[in-house]
Amino acid sequence: MDFGFKLSPSSAVNLDTVDRRRYDRLVQLQPDALTCIGCGSCSATCTSASWTGMSVRKVLLGLQRGRDEEVDKMLSGCMLCGKCTMVCPRGINTRQLILTLCRLDKNGEVVR
Amino acid sequence: MVNRQPVVAVIGAGIAGLEAARQLAALGYKPVLIEKSSATGGHVAQWNRLFPDMTPAADVIEPLRAQTAGVKTLLGTEISAINRLKDEYNLVLSDGSSLLCQAVLFATGFRLFDASKKEEYGYGIYDRVITNRDLEHWFNTREDQRIRQPKAVGFVHCVGSRDLKAGNTQCSKVCCITAIKQAIEMKEEFPDAEVYCFYMDLRLFGKKYEDFYIKAQRDHGIHFIRGRVSEVGEAIDGRVVVKAEDTLNGKPVKVTLDLLVLMAGILCNPDAQRYARETGVAVDEDGFLKSRDNLAAITESSRPGVFFAGACTGAKTVPETLAEARSAALAIHQYFSKRV
Ligand SMILES: Cc1cc2nc3c(=O)[nH]c(=O)nc-3n(C[C@H](O)[C@H](O)[C@H](O)COP(=O)(O)OP(=O)(O)OC[C@H]3O[C@@H](n4cnc5c(N)ncnc54)[C@H](O)[C@@H]3O)c2cc1C
Ligand code: SF4
Ligand code: SF4
Ligand code: SF4
Repeated sequence: MDFGFKLSPSSAVNLDTVDRRRYDRLVQLQPDALTCIGCGSCSATCTSASWTGMSVRKVLLGLQRGRDEEVDKMLSGCMLCGKCTMVCPRGINTRQLILTLCRLDKNGEVVR
Repeated sequence: MVNRQPVVAVIGAGIAGLEAARQLAALGYKPVLIEKSSATGGHVAQWNRLFPDMTPAADVIEPLRAQTAGVKTLLGTEISAINRLKDEYNLVLSDGSSLLCQAVLFATGFRLFDASKKEEYGYGIYDRVITNRDLEHWFNTREDQRIRQPKAVGFVHCVGSRDLKAGNTQCSKVCCITAIKQAIEMKEEFPDAEVYCFYMDLRLFGKKYEDFYIKAQRDHGIHFIRGRVSEVGEAIDGRVVVKAEDTLNGKPVKVTLDLLVLMAGILCNPDAQRYARETGVAVDEDGFLKSRDNLAAITESSRPGVFFAGACTGAKTVPETLAEARSAALAIHQYFSKRV
């Protein structure tokens, strides 16, 4: 039936139910990831950002908000050039972080 | 000298008043502390541990009290009227007596914003909403029915600060770092709890404050969410539901909490504003007492013989307040030295 309108799913994030298992495992393996301040230096300097939308900042935030698909899409755009690691003011080893993340599945299990 | 031992009325016996009185006595003057409450120490005496080193508040208060034991201190005393005389001030006190003094030092401190005025946050309405002051009280006494093994705790920054609708557009300066301190303390108390800080900007300006922030992130996993809490509601089980925008993500967020702590801001004491009018000193645009010069003479008023120390001229930390109290004592010393 066509009502002439449709309902979009809510984009609100419910922190009570959000699945942070992958993020929790990541920070267990690499605690420096906890200290991100969302400054965006990593994305600004990223060689692939303008073509692929890759952003370490958004990856870290996405993981905490249960946006796994977006995270994986971004990760697939990374060329592991390591520029982001050179600029991070918190000294986070972002390149290593990306490699660590690629080894974890949605549930935070080490699969690779 | 006008008087062998000039009398300085110090209004308010918080850390500013105590430190200034201590210095004035050492310089050979006769300070008289006038305190409206029943004890000295002001707000710091209500706190538990102090940033940035988690020093017990008593370690600041007790030496100050001991070192001012010889200073005449009138507790439970307010000022009914201040009369300006030539070169002198006559204070009429609430017990009916009067005090003639050659200088007046305002050390009246601040007043914490009344969090119940921000009704949308539910202080005084919902059982699980408390303030920064309530939490310090709990750290000191362990008495508060509202705090029962919380599994999720939230902190709301800027309550009654940076808020035109609340009548205060200023930043209260100490509440970001206080929120981080209290968030760490709650995480230490309840290691299984998730702790969230809802902030607009994190203003961590002081010595070692950024280290405290990194510690909160790295060692305690405290979640920092950039977005102002828009409203708080009560769930059916008595917990509170908090809504905000996660502005870094551009999406609304919602979370259910067992305890919500409001970081109430710092406002000027209203009595100080009244006394200021009576002594003829001005009130600045931010509502605090107005210094003769906000850069070079923060402890001096525009009237000879009237001085300021501490949070009566704006939000201050403990070391800033103490430094200012010493500076005010020196300014008073110079004032009397010039009058010889
Ligand atoms: C929640 C919170 C936590 C804080 N924690 C820290 C911390 O950890 N470290 C840090 O450096 N800073 C901290 N601060 C800041 C600290 O509290 C202030 O720097 C300090 O209280 C300022 O001292 P003061 O003497 O100027 O004012 P106050 O402490 O406000 O003292 C003023 C005194 O004057 C009295 N008074 C007021 N009006 C009158 C009157 N009309 N007549 C007579 N007496 C009067 C009052 O009763 C009071 O005793 C914190 C602030 C808050 C809000
Ligand atoms: S390592 Fe990846 S994320 Fe970092 S700058 Fe290079 S391409 Fe971008
Ligand atoms: S540069 Fe570092 S701190 Fe800044 S957003 Fe990227 S990861 Fe976070
Ligand atoms: S110090 Fe932080 S919490 Fe306090 S008013 Fe300023 S920005 Fe807001």
